[in-house]
Amino acid sequence: MTGYYNPQHLTDFHSISEHAPDLGKKFFEWYGSVMEDGALSSREKSLIALGVSHAVQCPYCIEAYTKDALKQGYDVEQLTEVVHVASAIKGGAALVHGMQMREVADGLGM
Amino acid sequence: MTESTNKLAVLPTLNRKDSPLANPANQLSMLDALPMNGSGDFNGALAAAKLPPLRATGIDTLQLNLGRVCNQTCAHCHVDAGPDRKENMSREVAEACMRVLAETEIPTVDITGGAPEMCPEFRYIVEESRRLGRHVMDRCNLTILLAKRYSDLPKFLAEHQVEVVCSLPHYRALGTDRQRGDGVFEASIEALQRLNAIGYGREGSGLRLVIVTNPVGAFLPSGQASMEADWKRELKARHKIEFSELYSITNMPISRYLEWLESSGNLVSYMQTLVDAFNPEAAAGVMCRNTLSVGWDGRLFDCDFNQMLDLELGADQPRRIQDFDMAALATREIVTGRHCFGCTAGSGSSCGGATV
Repeated sequence: MTGYYNPQHLTDFHSISEHAPDLGKKFFEWYGSVMEDGALSSREKSLIALGVSHAVQCPYCIEAYTKDALKQGYDVEQLTEVVHVASAIKGGAALVHGMQMREVADGLGM
Repeated sequence: MTESTNKLAVLPTLNRKDSPLANPANQLSMLDALPMNGSGDFNGALAAAKLPPLRATGIDTLQLNLGRVCNQTCAHCHVDAGPDRKENMSREVAEACMRVLAETEIPTVDITGGAPEMCPEFRYIVEESRRLGRHVMDRCNLTILLAKRYSDLPKFLAEHQVEVVCSLPHYRALGTDRQRGDGVFEASIEALQRLNAIGYGREGSGLRLVIVTNPVGAFLPSGQASMEADWKRELKARHKIEFSELYSITNMPISRYLEWLESSGNLVSYMQTLVDAFNPEAAAGVMCRNTLSVGWDGRLFDCDFNQMLDLELGADQPRRIQDFDMAALATREIVTGRHCFGCTAGSGSSCGGATV
């Protein structure tokens, strides 16, 4: 074991299919189809993927979709705004759970 | 010059700095020495894809490089052009080019540089090519149109129905100015608006206005059609600018872009990216197969990149435009090198954008 989050894992990702080839094949085909031009363009999907990558805090995905978004013609200011959108949703998601806290606290309090 | 063009930031060229990379032989040896996984040999990659060595299929485009003089010093320039360069095509060479046009039926004249408009023979070449009924393209950096001395150019180009192919890497200032120099974005937008004002890029005008985008960094371009839709929407919304088509072009690892790749630590990985992305379909459609490139001094090359690398045509081919021989040139074998992976990577790249 070389440690957590080895950058080579991203390059070798396809080998995850080795012990479950049918599932791996289905995953990678489905993934490829998801990212193709559809009702949303592949450029738009690239930005969404970059935002989700930050929300799920996946360094592999962050590297992959930063490179992809640059290739698709976005600049670093646009990418930074995407990260803020992801952060705002994550922060907002935490904060809105405060309503749950309030409901419990208000129910128990005087 | 107007206020806008005076604000452009320019840097010394490799030539002015006496950089070792100003010498094409040093560029070629640097590329050849890079350690590559897999075949870094271009002809080997063709053979592995069961393709024959590249050979011309005719000459549809006479690409004239009028010189190295430019009012900008873009970071990715494969010509090492700039204000400190002096090379310009002479009338004698320009006349020889026009004689070739008159004696053949080559349909397209593609004028490039430097800023080709700064060559004293630019207008002669445009007028004569159009008089001969040929389609003319001007590869324009946009900001030159704001210089006082050239401010009548949009009208001149429109009167001669010249297709304007201009450079704008992004519809926002950040990437544009990083690649092309501070102040270039603002001046480019003003130039595009002037071109629009006389009909360029407007539907039904017959005046084609093409925008070329090169990646601002060490990566390949992707999704030309999708980017075009975005560029059209954003330029219209932000600056009321319209244009005909977007070409996305791969940066070639030569000259100033090569220097940047090396100094930023991206050279090996970028070259490997080009090699790994070799696309046989793109290889079959490379532009050198139907283009002849002419240097400011009249020397002949397979493409503008070979011209900058001093890779002259193969054995038994004419060396100068004055010795033009269609029978020999139309089926010539193309001279290749590692830089050719730049035109065959991914969706392919040519002066007309992606090729597949």
